[in-house]
Amino acid sequence: MALEESHVRRAAHLARLAVSDDQASGFVEDLSRILDMVDQLQSLDTEGVKPLAHPLDATQRLRADEVTESNQRDTFQRCAPAVENGLYLVPRVVE
Amino acid sequence: MYEKTLTQLAAALKSGEFSSRELTAHYLQRIEKADGKLNSFISVTAEQALKHAEIADNARAAGTAGPLAGIPLALKDIFCTRDVKTSCGSKMLDNFIAPYNATVVEKLNAAGTISLGKTNMDEFAMGSSNENSYYGPVKNPWDLTAVPGGSSGGSAAAVAAGLIPAAMGTDTGGSIRQPAAFCGITGLKPTYGRVSRFGIIAYASSLDQAGPMARSAEDCAHLLGVIAGHDGRDSTSVTRGVPDYVENLNAPLSGLKIGLPKEYFGDGLDPDVEKAVREAVKVYESLGATVREVSLPHTHYAIPAYYVIAPAEASSNLSRYDGVRFGYRCDNPSDLIDLYTRSRAEGFGEEVKRRILIGTHTLSEGFFDAYYTKAQKVRRLIRQDFLDAFEDVDVLMGPASPTPAFDLGAKKDPVSMYLQDIYTIAVNLAGIPGISVPAGFSNGRPVGLQILGTHFAEAQLLNVAHQFQQATDWHLQRPAFAEEYA
Amino acid sequence: MQWETVIGLEVHVQLATRSKIFSGASTAFGAEPNTQACAVDLGLPGALPVLNEQAVAMAVQFGLAVHADIAEVSVFDRKNYFYPDLPKGYQTSQMYHPIVGPGDVEITLEDGATKLIRIHHAHLEEDAGKSLHEDFHGMTGIDLNRAGTPLLEIVSEPDMRSAKEAAAYLKAIHSIVTYLGISDGNMAEGSMRCDVNVSVRPTGQEAFGTRAEIKNVNSFRFVERAIAFEVERQIELIEDGGSVVQETRLFDPDRDETRSMRTKEEANDYRYFPCPDLLPVVLDQAYLDHLRSQLPELPADKRERFQNELGLSAYDANVISASRDMAEFFEAVHNECGDAKQSANWVQGELSGALNRENLSIANSPISARQLGQLISRVLDNTINGKAAKEVFQALWNGQGESADDIIDAKGLKQVTDTGAIEAMIDQVIADSPAQVAQYRDSEPEKRGKMIGYFVGQVMKASRGTANPQQVNGLLKEKLDALL
Repeated sequence: MALEESHVRRAAHLARLAVSDDQASGFVEDLSRILDMVDQLQSLDTEGVKPLAHPLDATQRLRADEVTESNQRDTFQRCAPAVENGLYLVPRVVE
Repeated sequence: MYEKTLTQLAAALKSGEFSSRELTAHYLQRIEKADGKLNSFISVTAEQALKHAEIADNARAAGTAGPLAGIPLALKDIFCTRDVKTSCGSKMLDNFIAPYNATVVEKLNAAGTISLGKTNMDEFAMGSSNENSYYGPVKNPWDLTAVPGGSSGGSAAAVAAGLIPAAMGTDTGGSIRQPAAFCGITGLKPTYGRVSRFGIIAYASSLDQAGPMARSAEDCAHLLGVIAGHDGRDSTSVTRGVPDYVENLNAPLSGLKIGLPKEYFGDGLDPDVEKAVREAVKVYESLGATVREVSLPHTHYAIPAYYVIAPAEASSNLSRYDGVRFGYRCDNPSDLIDLYTRSRAEGFGEEVKRRILIGTHTLSEGFFDAYYTKAQKVRRLIRQDFLDAFEDVDVLMGPASPTPAFDLGAKKDPVSMYLQDIYTIAVNLAGIPGISVPAGFSNGRPVGLQILGTHFAEAQLLNVAHQFQQATDWHLQRPAFAEEYA
Repeated sequence: MQWETVIGLEVHVQLATRSKIFSGASTAFGAEPNTQACAVDLGLPGALPVLNEQAVAMAVQFGLAVHADIAEVSVFDRKNYFYPDLPKGYQTSQMYHPIVGPGDVEITLEDGATKLIRIHHAHLEEDAGKSLHEDFHGMTGIDLNRAGTPLLEIVSEPDMRSAKEAAAYLKAIHSIVTYLGISDGNMAEGSMRCDVNVSVRPTGQEAFGTRAEIKNVNSFRFVERAIAFEVERQIELIEDGGSVVQETRLFDPDRDETRSMRTKEEANDYRYFPCPDLLPVVLDQAYLDHLRSQLPELPADKRERFQNELGLSAYDANVISASRDMAEFFEAVHNECGDAKQSANWVQGELSGALNRENLSIANSPISARQLGQLISRVLDNTINGKAAKEVFQALWNGQGESADDIIDAKGLKQVTDTGAIEAMIDQVIADSPAQVAQYRDSEPEKRGKMIGYFVGQVMKASRGTANPQQVNGLLKEKLDALL
């Protein structure tokens, strides 16, 4: 499956990564090589094989519905780039 | 002091040969002197370490110290450590002071070990050479022109150079075993779910697993016993009990059935590496083991499957680095999209971006089934290969890496770098444990023997590795650097 | 041309757990910003989710209540997109294997007719935080307290054909989740939110028209209004030769219209894949059986019982069973007084009126069901008349007495049924009203019926309202007619 620059642009947009024109061509080249390597998968017959998402066949444990966390806002917001009145600030979001 | 293994240091602390404070000061001094050349640490927490050493000495005096109390350690900078910078090797988290401890760190603290600092690593654990760190590459103490391996390269180099008796690493596709092999130390990747992932910065959640890196299998056994166990904060952590890994170390190996996967001895394997591994297998035969060839037929597909699954998970795991709540934020964002795209473009390095883009692409509409679903099916086949093999043999052995440590800057093309992990990557896809032990040298650079077991066979792997280390002394060899510079 | 409306609803119900779906942070409403957002909710590096058992139980309870298949294995997926109120850059949801499979809900329309609406599925997911657009120097503030609150998203089939049906469906869902106690159902606080998919097609056409999705429809009334507007917009558009665009629209209750949320529809690609931090949720039969055995009587069952066993009208049965609190209040009143019809009248009439006036929920009624039942009993056994009963009700409401009996005694409202006493009062009134008596006597016989009202009023006044009105009427007529 050939990779085109439009694919890289689209992935960069979805992943919110700024990519300059220069970088884009480099990524097309690198990613193409990686995908060529990945494409070896297509030669393998996996008919009837169930996908495996986790290496162990374990099931989800459930947590009791208890409030175990207390307010740590000040601690958590010490590493925040911009806060005011306890809110995280971002450039205005237009709805 | 640095010549001693962790096990020997624990005995010396116990007997009062020296105090934890002396020992801690000794290692801090070695780091101070040598790390300028190695670049194995991102942060050194000297003050805190000395304080904790004193607490350990007091506990020792009071008779309340546990077996590992007062032992200095280092943590890969992927483990969240409260009030200490936790960068994950990235500019993105250069300003991130973790507000809590990873469960592994909590357990090590509870055991009284002393963290001396955070070791260098490939950014977000993505790399096999430690050249992808925002903090610069780490050098291999056996040869400063060689890479230490990655992504836990800082941990491996620091242990090999005697800057620390042991360190914690993480392994997503070989990131403990390969640098352990390149630096001539012992590194264990436990079974997926054996060690809690809580507080470990995620690369690929279904593959990541933390483990010890030290001088010997015995050292690793002591450390695994501390960090293993169920954690209610990690849904993928298993509830199964933790055996006594040390107790089993001296079990005899007579009758042990060793399998040599023929796919691990094929094209691209360095002849010196192959020779060292085959010599090691002979040692096992002399210890009473039997050896046979086995096949892991889907080995060839492990790297392609990994480079779909790991980047897919990573692309999602790394979405939280958006410049809003923590981490790097670009200057003067003009709007929200600018905030996102520039913070992420400026905060992440090239390899991280590549993997985010690959993962985003393979998960996107029109490609998901062909890539992601396909890779998950192949993942099942790869796991089945191992399960089938372990029907016939107790452990598998082979090289940890097709070559010894390569030169810094030697692998410019990402794919040629990825192919380095041919022998380690399938293990993560299958979730089984693996250990790399020193087994010789090729042109002065260490060679690692990899031993694999079935799920939760850590005790057996440690026993098998320990018996080898009782019969050989590769693990005791030290690079000249350890004496010259430190 | 005749048009048919096709409507499907996606209802997001906030589950009434104490802690969040994947963390131990509190879900309480109204806390200071970001004080209930823990490391997991904030998506801090290394933080991991662990599933809340109560969220699972609540989803299953809902599934059982709508006769749905409960998935033996359900899986959480990540829905990937960037938004400041979405801390991890993905929402943990269930795309491919939801916990609740196909089911159905019976709705009742105003005319008492019922209709079955099919549920496509319901899945668990985490809520996002909130963006606050007040002025922070041109910035937006993000509060993540709500992030990680468990949501059950209930997706219907496109089975509704009118705004009224959609509103009835939303009410049915509301009453099921509140009956189950799995949500407070408070739409004003966002505990229940609704996206509406609307399309129109020429009557008789099988294929669906292009649909628009209307977001932000957060009250029963708005659902009707939003749909009404949207249907009209779509029909006009098509009749003017245009065509409906598949898009997301926002309902603006102030202007009573829907409008396109984006001029340029951005192609979303959420890249769903199984969340590697969570394992498959596996539920066994014993667990389902246990939850089934704990289910309360549901609104549809109650409605049927009220109608068939208690003899309520379809309308009364429907209104009273819609809210569990009201139904239970009604049942307690009925238990006390034994008269279902009177109980229904009082609960829906006097009580609901008073509650509405003071904006109180029935759970906070100042009058208990027992008090109301006793009051009705006193009417039924003729201790008081209807007028006095209203006075007693008001006194109970104001807390002027513990029981109806206390108030009846204290106020002397006990009905006078002693014929002698009533006759004495009548005689007095007749004696005091010679002019009216003369008028009565001189009137045409057919007009006398009306004129008797004056005398009744005077007797009731003399008895301070306590005389039995029927008795007063009968005796007065006898006595006045005797004067003819």
